[in-house]
Amino acid sequence: MKFIDEFQNSELATGLARRIAGRSTKRIKLMEFCGGHTHAIMRHGIRRLVPETIEMRSGPGCPVCVTAASDLDRAIGLAHLPGVIITTFGDMLRVPGSYSSLELTRAEGGDIRIVYSTMDALAIARANPGNSVIFVGIGFETTAPTIAASIVRANQEEIDNFHVLSLLKLTPPVIKALLDLGEVDLDGIIGPGHVSVIIGSRRYEFIPRDYGVACVISGFEPVDILLCIDRLVEQIENKQPSVEIAYSRGVREEGNASAQRLMDEVFETDAADWRGIGTVPQSGLKIRDKYSHFDATRAFDVKVRPAREPTGCICGDILRGVATPLECKLFNKACTPESPVGPCMVSSEGACAAYHHFRGIPEPQMEQVRSRKVEQDE
Amino acid sequence: MRKAMCLAIPVRVVSIDGDEAETEIAGVRRRVSVVLTPEVRVGDYVLLHTGYAIGVVDEVEAEETLKLLEEIASFGEVY
Repeated sequence: MKFIDEFQNSELATGLARRIAGRSTKRIKLMEFCGGHTHAIMRHGIRRLVPETIEMRSGPGCPVCVTAASDLDRAIGLAHLPGVIITTFGDMLRVPGSYSSLELTRAEGGDIRIVYSTMDALAIARANPGNSVIFVGIGFETTAPTIAASIVRANQEEIDNFHVLSLLKLTPPVIKALLDLGEVDLDGIIGPGHVSVIIGSRRYEFIPRDYGVACVISGFEPVDILLCIDRLVEQIENKQPSVEIAYSRGVREEGNASAQRLMDEVFETDAADWRGIGTVPQSGLKIRDKYSHFDATRAFDVKVRPAREPTGCICGDILRGVATPLECKLFNKACTPESPVGPCMVSSEGACAAYHHFRGIPEPQMEQVRSRKVEQDE
Repeated sequence: MRKAMCLAIPVRVVSIDGDEAETEIAGVRRRVSVVLTPEVRVGDYVLLHTGYAIGVVDEVEAEETLKLLEEIASFGEVY
């Protein structure tokens, strides 16, 4: 497949791996923001291709994982209302909320349907005029314009029974929040490729300017990710952190102006709750007053009990890059993809699911993890 | 096809009809929305995410990246 196969070429990957090994002298820590990158890094064994000097951490870029339990509880509450059809992306179904999940709610008789696209949710609304169809909208800037497009379309076609529960989140504000927390001493960030197709590269300029951290935007094939790491290593070795695009076939500096306009038409920024991180100002998208009719939080009144997190689950630490899944006592024991305790084991973009499926961790890093565990136990 | 949220795959645009386009990848055809990429032309590759084209692939940039990568692969020993 064009633009995929070329970027999976092993000779090109080997060339890059050799150059990275030759360049890297300092011990550095890199974080991939995006869950799609976490998945690709584990799947293609990228950690085995880079030298021991490079330590890699996963970040909060898994939409399902960062959805706060309280927000999930609200979605489940909506699913219990009479006449409501809930539509959402597949990964959301199995994520445990505080007391239930959408999957359990469906088993109890809730009408919950998995859709591939917001256009499918609109089609369900058209076909069921006697029901209220609520799309539970999770995702980052990649997905936000597609949800904006569905609301504009519903408005044009006067599909009054279509509503969106916007749990959309923004990337730059949460990167800033993580850097402000300072829990992980990061040298570089593997910037999210498809978020950046929409927002461009300029919104990341605060990262090198205010924090001295390098940021290189990457595609999702193994050669893309290695090229990104090569650029990061060069910047860090030269002590010249900057924002760079290593995915130039997809990302332009200015991003996608049409998509940005549509997002701005429908949404305004607001504080958002992130699992494991807490409330981050200006990091979420809420529906503007102009489209309030389509806003599920305003169209329906749902009371939820105070949220609670699963006992023993360290998803929060994993999402902040503070811990890896191997440090969790539940990992591959009480918590597996078949019977997940926390969201990081549910989503294909979650770090725990990626570790479970691919185990792509090199031995030296396994040793570090083990010795850290021994220290903690003592 | 994986269901990852931020996944977008390059598909070729076969025909355009208003806000929608017929696309093709590996023999599979799919109707997608091009409302986010009004600049798209027939023959372009677009990045497809949850039924929407979110960006047009820049083929010139792709060629240049591949050329650079090939150079790195052949001269990788020289630092």
